[in-house]
Amino acid sequence: MRILVLALRRIAWMPPTLLGLIAIVFTISRIIPADPARVIAGENASPAQVEALRQKFGLDLPLMQQFMRYLRDIVNGDLGISLYSQRPVVEDLLGRLAATFELAIAAMCLAIMIGVPLGVVSALHRNRWLDQVIRLATMAGLAMAAFWLAILLQLFFSMTLGVTPVQGRIDGWGPDQITGFYTIDALINGDGETFGKALRYLILPTATLAIPAAATIVRFTRAGVLNALSSNFVFYQTAMGLPRRTIIWKYILRSAFIGTLTQIGLVFGNLLAGAVVIETVFSWPGLGLFAYNSILQSDYNAIMAFTLFTGSVFIVVNLLIDIAQTLLDPRTR
Amino acid sequence: MRMRRLFRDRALLIGTVIISILVLVAVFAGPLATFPDHVTGFDPNHRLKAPGWQFLLGTDRMGADIYSRLLFGARLTILIAVTATGTAVIIGVPIGLIAGYFDGWASEALMRVSDIFLAVPQIVLAIAIAQTLGPNIQNVILALSVTYWPFWARLVYAETRSQRNEVYVEAAKAMGASPLRIMVMHILPNIAGSIIVRTTIGMGATILAAASLGFLGLGAPPPAPEWGRMIAESREFLPQAWWYATAPGIAILMVVMGFNLLGDGLRDVLDPRIRRGGGDGR
Amino acid sequence: MVAEKLLSVEGLSVHYITEGGTARVLDHVGFSIRHGEIMGLVGESGCGKTSLARAILGVLPGNAEVVSGKILFKGSDLLRLAPSEAEESIRGRAISFVPQDPFTSFSPLFSIGEQIRTLMRWKSPDRKPGEKVYGSGRRKRDRERVMAMLQAVQLPDPEGLLKKYPHEVSGGQRQRLMIAMALLPEPRLVIADEPTTALDVTIQAQILKLLKRLITETGASVLFTTHDLGAAWEICDRITVMYAGQEAETAPVQSFFDRPAHPYTKKLLDSLPTENSPLIGIPGRVPSLLNPPAGCRFHPRCTSSTEICHHKQPDVTEMGYEHAVRCHHPIMGGGQ
Ligand SMILES: Nc1ncnc2c1ncn2[C@@H]1O[C@H](COP(=O)(O)OP(=O)(O)OP(=O)(O)O)[C@@H](O)[C@H]1O
Ligand SMILES: [Mg+2]
Repeated sequence: MRILVLALRRIAWMPPTLLGLIAIVFTISRIIPADPARVIAGENASPAQVEALRQKFGLDLPLMQQFMRYLRDIVNGDLGISLYSQRPVVEDLLGRLAATFELAIAAMCLAIMIGVPLGVVSALHRNRWLDQVIRLATMAGLAMAAFWLAILLQLFFSMTLGVTPVQGRIDGWGPDQITGFYTIDALINGDGETFGKALRYLILPTATLAIPAAATIVRFTRAGVLNALSSNFVFYQTAMGLPRRTIIWKYILRSAFIGTLTQIGLVFGNLLAGAVVIETVFSWPGLGLFAYNSILQSDYNAIMAFTLFTGSVFIVVNLLIDIAQTLLDPRTR
Repeated sequence: MRMRRLFRDRALLIGTVIISILVLVAVFAGPLATFPDHVTGFDPNHRLKAPGWQFLLGTDRMGADIYSRLLFGARLTILIAVTATGTAVIIGVPIGLIAGYFDGWASEALMRVSDIFLAVPQIVLAIAIAQTLGPNIQNVILALSVTYWPFWARLVYAETRSQRNEVYVEAAKAMGASPLRIMVMHILPNIAGSIIVRTTIGMGATILAAASLGFLGLGAPPPAPEWGRMIAESREFLPQAWWYATAPGIAILMVVMGFNLLGDGLRDVLDPRIRRGGGDGR
Repeated sequence: MVAEKLLSVEGLSVHYITEGGTARVLDHVGFSIRHGEIMGLVGESGCGKTSLARAILGVLPGNAEVVSGKILFKGSDLLRLAPSEAEESIRGRAISFVPQDPFTSFSPLFSIGEQIRTLMRWKSPDRKPGEKVYGSGRRKRDRERVMAMLQAVQLPDPEGLLKKYPHEVSGGQRQRLMIAMALLPEPRLVIADEPTTALDVTIQAQILKLLKRLITETGASVLFTTHDLGAAWEICDRITVMYAGQEAETAPVQSFFDRPAHPYTKKLLDSLPTENSPLIGIPGRVPSLLNPPAGCRFHPRCTSSTEICHHKQPDVTEMGYEHAVRCHHPIMGGGQ
C-alpha cells in the first residue's frame, strides 16, 4: 500500500515538471529571440515570408495567449511542422524514438555488464594495483569527449580492421517492424542473418556510449561495495563464517546494486543526451541525428520539438526508474 | 610544510600540474606556437600533412598547423569554461543561499524551477538555446550557464539548510546581524569548500559540453581554433588524416581529467565530512 | 586438567598498526573457559574486550597483527589454523557469535527467513564438511530446527516472522533472532560481545535470562563481554577483568564480588552505587595503548603502588581456588 502512495506521489509531480519544461522551451523559442518569426523563417526568408509565418503561428499575439495556444497544441500532440520537410515533427520524432532507445538500452546493458563487475573487483582490491588501474581507466572514461572516442573506434575497428561498418543502422532492408528495435525484431522473425547485420551496426555506437556510462557505474559500485564491506552485517556474516563468496555475491552485491540503481536514472539520461552527439558520428537514424540535421538546416521548429520531446522522455524514464527502485528496496516497500 | 601535506594527495598534485600547464599554454600560446598566424591564416600548399618536424602535430584541411591551433584553442577553452562556470556559480549560489535560508513559497518555487532544469539533459537545453541565439562564443557561454546554474543552486540550498540552525548562525542572529550579512559573512565561508569542489569538477563538465556544442556546429564559428570543431572537421579526412582528430581529443581528455582530479583532491582537503581516518579494512 | 578447558588463551599479544603508531591492544593476555561455563569479560571502554573476542573468532581488523600467543580450542591452536578451515568449521560452527548491535547486523535487503536459510545452508549441524549443495532433505530438517529454535527463544508467530524484513521487527526480537542464529549451529562456544548494550534497559534482563537458560540447556560455553557488572553477576560463572589490554584478575563470580584481589577490581566494585548499575569509572585516565606506562599498566591510577610497580610488570599470581591476579600487591584476604 505504502508503495502505491509513494508511486502516486512521484507521478503527481510529473505534470508540473512537464509544464515547467514546456515553459522553458517556450521561453527559449518565443521570448529570448528579438523576433521569433525571423528566427523560425530562417536567414534567407523575405520580409513577406516572415510576415506570413508570424500570422500563421500567431506570433503577433500577446505572450500569454501564445503560451496557451502552444500548450493546447502540445496536449493535442502537435509539436509543429518541420520547416524543412513540411511534415509534423512529432511523426519524425516518434519514428526515430525506437532507434535511439535501442542504442541507449543496449549501451545501458553493456555499461552495467562492464561497470558492475569492474566496480566490485576494484573495491575488493582496494588500493592495490588492479584498483588503481581500474580507477585510472574510470577517470579517463569520464573525461573523454564521446564523439572523439566514437571517431577513434571508427578509425580502428571500421577503417583499419574493417570488422564493423563505419556508420548507419543496417544495409538492405531492415526486419519487419514490431518493436522498432532491429536486433529484437530480427530475433522475433527468426532471421539470424539480419540479426547479425543489425548487431554489427549496433556495436560501435553502443560501445561508445557505454564507456562513460560504465565509468560512472564503476564509481558508484565501488563506493557501494566499500560501504557494504565495512558494514556491520558483513562483519556479522564473516564472524559467523559464511563463505566469502556468498557474502560478496549475495549480500554485498545486492546492496551495492541498490545504490547503483539510484544512479541508473542519471546514467540513462546521460546516455540519451550522449546519443544526440554519438548518432551524428555513426549516422544512426535516431533523435540525435534528427536534431543534428535540424541544426544544419536551421529547422527551428524541429529543434524546439526535439528539446521538448527528449526532455519529456527523460522525465518519464526517470519516473519509471524511481518507481522500480522503490520496489526493489524492502525498506521503502 | 602545509604545501607538502596538500600534495600528499596524488590526485591533487596531478590535477594541479595539468591545470597549470593548461594555463601556461594559454598564456604563452603566442611564443610557444610554431605558426602563430595559423589561428586565422593557413597555407594551402601544406594541406593534411602528417606530423613531422615542421608541423609537430600535422596540418588540417586548410593547411594550418594543428599544434599551433591547439595552443590557441586552450585560450578559448579556458575562456568558455571560466566564464560559463563562473556565470552559473554567480546565478546559482545566491539562489541557493536565499532559498536555503528563508522558508516560504518563493524558496520552494526557486528550487522547483531548478529541479525542472535538472530534469532535462543539459546538452539538449544548451542545443536549443545556442541554436536560438546563433553560433558564437558568447552564446555558447550563455547557453551553458543557463543550463548549469541549477547544480550550484541545489548544492548551496542543501548546504545552507544544514547550516542555518547551527550555533554560529544563531549567535549572529542574536547579535542582530541582517540576513544578508549572515548569509554572506557567516554561512558562505562555511560552505565555500563544497562550492569550490563542485565548481572545479563543473569546469570539466562545461568543457566537455562546450566541445560537444562545437562538434555539432553550434560553437564558435571558423576559423576559431575550437577543439570540438577541429574534431568534427577531421571526420571527412579519415582514415588518412588520423592525426587530425587525435591531438584535440587528447587535449580535451587531459584537461577534463585535470579538473576532475583537482576537484577530487580538493574534496579530500576541503570537505572535512568525508575525510577518512584510518578505518578498518577487513 | 587440560581436558576440562574448552578454550585457553595463552600469552596473546595483538597490535594495531595506526597512523599514530603501534597500539598494543592486547598484551600477553591469558585466560580460559571451561566446558559449559559462562565467562564474563568486563572492563572499561577501550580495554580490549572486543579485540579479544575478534581475535578468538579470527576476524581482527585489517590493521591488526597477532604478535605472539596461542588460542587453544579443544587442544589445537586456532591461530595456526588455515583460514579456509577456520571459516568452514570454527566460525559459526564450533564457535558462534552474538553481535552487539542487532539493528545493523542483518542485511536490510533480505527477509529474515532468507538470511537464516543462508546461515543454515553453510552452518547447519547436519551439513557435512565441504558440502556445497543444499539438498531438500537437509533443507526440511533445517527448517524444523529453525522453527523449534524460534519457539525456544520465545518469538511469537515464527512463520510470519521469517517472511518479514529486519526493519519490520523490534530490537528485542532481533536480538532474540541473533541468539537463535548463534545457537542453531549447535556451537561449543558462543561469543556474545555486549549483546544487550544496544537494547532498552527493560528488555536487557529478559534477553540475559533467555541466553542463560538456553546455554544451560545446550551445554555450550559463553564468552560474555559487558560493561555491566550487574549483568555479569546475574549470569556468569566466572569473571575476568581487563585493564588496558591485560587481564587483571580472574575469579569465580562469588569470590570476585566478595573478595576482589586486584586494586583495580576493588575500585570498580566500590564505584558501583547500586548493584545493578553500569561501570561509571574511577579517578584517573585509561592509559594510552600507543604508549602504555612502564611496569604495571595500572600503577598511575593505583593508590597502593610502590617502586616496583613503576618498572616491573607483575606476573600472574594464584590467589586461591581458580582465583588469579596480576598485581605486585594483591589485596590481602582477597582470593581466600
Ligand atoms: N581497527 C583499529 N585500529 C586501531 N585501533 C583500534 C581499532 N579497533 C579498535 N581500536 C582501539 O583499540 C582499543 C581497544 O578496542 P576494543 O574495541 O577492543 O575495546 P572494548 O573494550 O571492546 O571497548 P568498548 O567497551 O568500547 O566496546 C581501543 O582503544 C580502540 O580505540
Ligand atoms: Mg567492544
